[in-house]
Amino acid sequence: MWIWFHKLGSPPHFYRTAGRLVPWFGIPALLLLVAGTVGGLAIAPPDYQQGDGFRIIYVHVPSAYISMFGYVAMAVAAAVGLIWRMKVAFAFAAACAPVGAAFTFLALATGSIWGKPMWGVWWDWDGRMTSVLVLFFLYVGVMALRSAFDDASKGDRAAALLAIVGVVNIPIIKFSVDWWNTLHQPATIAKLSAPSITMDMLVWLLAMVVGYTLFFAAVVTMRLRGEVLLRERGARWIRELNAHA
Amino acid sequence: MTPTRKRRLMLVAGLVAGVGLATTLALRAFQENMLYFYSPTEFVEIDVPAERTLRIGGLVADGSVQRESGSMTVEFLVTDHAYSVPVRYTGVLPDLFREGQGVVARGRLGEGGLFLADNIMAKHDENYMPPEVAQALEAGKMRAIERAAEQAEAARATGNGSAGGYYGGGYQP
Repeated sequence: MWIWFHKLGSPPHFYRTAGRLVPWFGIPALLLLVAGTVGGLAIAPPDYQQGDGFRIIYVHVPSAYISMFGYVAMAVAAAVGLIWRMKVAFAFAAACAPVGAAFTFLALATGSIWGKPMWGVWWDWDGRMTSVLVLFFLYVGVMALRSAFDDASKGDRAAALLAIVGVVNIPIIKFSVDWWNTLHQPATIAKLSAPSITMDMLVWLLAMVVGYTLFFAAVVTMRLRGEVLLRERGARWIRELNAHA
Repeated sequence: MTPTRKRRLMLVAGLVAGVGLATTLALRAFQENMLYFYSPTEFVEIDVPAERTLRIGGLVADGSVQRESGSMTVEFLVTDHAYSVPVRYTGVLPDLFREGQGVVARGRLGEGGLFLADNIMAKHDENYMPPEVAQALEAGKMRAIERAAEQAEAARATGNGSAGGYYGGGYQP
């Protein structure tokens, strides 16, 4: 039953499987991103309060969601790597970090651009903004810690610990708008009651969220293959791979 | 699961639980110091030291916005329906600033309880809808108010005719 799990731990098998997966993530991602962008920018109606300015939601919300989703994925992989000493899991955590950091930056940047016209400020230190900034620093810290060790496996383990510790920030980000007074408004979609957004706006947002998730999966899978090659350099299967190519 | 892996799993679980607990306690301890803005009630009830920069947040009270002619100075009340704080600000207001809208003002307490803001931020809510839907909702709300008023009227006309009849007639929105 656990055969597939153990097979995943085998780098050559994983390298081939991952290569086949990339287009299955990438192509639907591209289609959804195009549909969501056109729908969000051209088809969805303007907002009653914010007019056309609200359309930045179609970039901001999926980026912010991926910044947290990517962190949890990285932390889970880090825990699997620590507990089972699984090389591919560490490689996955390493592949997630820069992509997650990029989306966190995108969420902060688009939030800032959105904040200036609506709130009147680019930035203010409320609970949501501060905790997302901490998330960005956590990603950077995990990457820096990994590369600070000469011994790669020690770096993996140290970075994994930091990634796992940083998970406490995820519920803080999510509930910051409920626990404290914030400038940022509370959740529109991810809550127990019905979404506070009309369907003709929501469908394009959902397309973007799914599209971003698949895009994240495609990019991480591609990075992961590179990471596996890098970590297995000198192994026999790679030499054989090169001989065939 | 081998004993080593089980031990590592426990270690990771313990780490998450420990850090989570420590963070929870720290956040609870610093709850008051982490206050992003004070509501008018909190602002009135605590003794705010003059000259200290802080933020107050609430709704811009209906009908309270007064612009000084020939300058960029504006005065209005920030309210949470229990207390109101007068705010004075000179500068450009955000687009979403209007009466009834949520607002966060940063500044300090001046003389006579007047809050001197050096920055005004507009809050918006989590609702997104096209203008037509917003208008339909607004119209629906008005109809509901009218209907409630009519029903109250009818109840008063056919009611027990007691002298206290007027008491139940007023509609409280």
